[in-house]
Amino acid sequence: MRKVAVIGIGETQFGELWDRSFRDLGIEAGLRAVQDAGITTENIDALYVGNMSAGKFVDQEHVGALVADYSGLSDTHLPTTRIEGGGACGALAILQAWAAIASGLHEVVVVGAAEKMTDVSETHAQEILSSTADQEWETVFGATFAGLYAMMARRHMYEYATTREQIAQVAVKNHKHGALNPNAQFQKEIKLEAVLNAPKIAEPLGMLDAAPLSDGAAALVLCPLEKARRFNDTPVELLASGQASDPLALHDRRDLTTMDATVVAGKRAFHMAGKTPLDVQVAEVHDNFTITEILALEDLRFFKKGQGGPATEEGQTLIGGKIAVNTSGGLKARGQPVGATGVAQAVEIVRQLRGEADKRQVANAEIGLTHTLGGTGATAVVHLFGRVN
Amino acid sequence: MAIPRFWREIPSRYNLFGTKCGSCGTVDFPPRTICPKCGRQSLGRMARMKMAGKGTLVSYTVIHDAPAAFELLKPYVLGIIELDEGARLTSQIIDVDPAAVKIGMRVESTFRKLGQESEAGIIHYGYKFRPEM
Repeated sequence: MRKVAVIGIGETQFGELWDRSFRDLGIEAGLRAVQDAGITTENIDALYVGNMSAGKFVDQEHVGALVADYSGLSDTHLPTTRIEGGGACGALAILQAWAAIASGLHEVVVVGAAEKMTDVSETHAQEILSSTADQEWETVFGATFAGLYAMMARRHMYEYATTREQIAQVAVKNHKHGALNPNAQFQKEIKLEAVLNAPKIAEPLGMLDAAPLSDGAAALVLCPLEKARRFNDTPVELLASGQASDPLALHDRRDLTTMDATVVAGKRAFHMAGKTPLDVQVAEVHDNFTITEILALEDLRFFKKGQGGPATEEGQTLIGGKIAVNTSGGLKARGQPVGATGVAQAVEIVRQLRGEADKRQVANAEIGLTHTLGGTGATAVVHLFGRVN
Repeated sequence: MAIPRFWREIPSRYNLFGTKCGSCGTVDFPPRTICPKCGRQSLGRMARMKMAGKGTLVSYTVIHDAPAAFELLKPYVLGIIELDEGARLTSQIIDVDPAAVKIGMRVESTFRKLGQESEAGIIHYGYKFRPEM
């Protein structure tokens, strides 16, 4: 297989962007990535679009062709495919691009991922997110997305004596990082007390334990590593791509406090890259809820099972800590345009490995990781990126 | 949503019908065609099995931010229950003070209204769980 590099990155502002449509967002991110890569549209061989649910959020399906069309690429008739996998779809689109380039099928591939979530009511948007859980055997009985994650939190507290404060500290930390990111939805620090005292959504989780509903898009340009310097002086290698699945319904999983899909996707990625968790300096992990980041820290083997909470409380996941986690602010503060997540995470990691992360730059970042989930963990994708010296 | 969507699931939602694998003995709820433990070995050997409706609470939450269809019920308790037969399911926990709910508590199934398709639409029913009598 050929080695693959990321040569261009682009993202939009994240937030409630009422003046911009789904198409506007996708094109803005894509154009930035293409300009950053130094390619022209004639160079692009294929487009993969990560999108969770444009059909439900903006009543538009067939968004692969739509994005190609409005990006001015229709005359080239390039192949374009929309990838779906719950919240993991952006990461899965990267995986498809990686496979296409590694195998020799394509040379230059653009990955775009976008979600426009604020054209529907908040209640409706939450129901759309919940539709990535089991609609027949979870949500019909009153389960919400937050409720399912809350049950993971409760069980984690029960088995490992993880405290409410430790879980809440994830939100405090990610807001601290988000305050340094000019594209973040929330560029404001919050206090632990605010998280603890916020109105409850699903006990023990409150409103500030949850990532917001957001509009936004992100894009990457990828090509074979050997050709990367023809276009661009700062390629970052996509070292490995690991994906795994698990039962759709939370109650059918082996353990409520471990996401086996994350464990396996992580092992696959580390094995493929010949790296270990100790090699990683910077990671963007899925934090749609605070507890999700604690599970990811443990399941990716950055910390032992049960130590995710204490490690967070001790500041080990802050910029400057043992491993910098969610330097962009994560889904919590950067924002959660759900289908764009995996690509937005990759944009941040590439920025870190290029040394372009400004005030939130992690010193000597050589290897970075992204971790993206679909549903309550039925899909997990782990990517490893490395600086090219 | 079409009425057959609810009608199809009546045996499991009303009477807790699942399956038992004739190859390895694993019990699943709701029914499965292929046993997740022994795969192809189980084809044609999955027997219907009625759950007794008793079990233990594995985890729970109290939901305050509810979907439109559950607005009138909130706050309500939702739990994951491990049935005595071994399978797990998600259900509301009713007839209990939310503050008294504990991991490990014994619960039993009861028959309740689950929801309604719009104001004049069909009502659909199924299980909820309550503390064991």
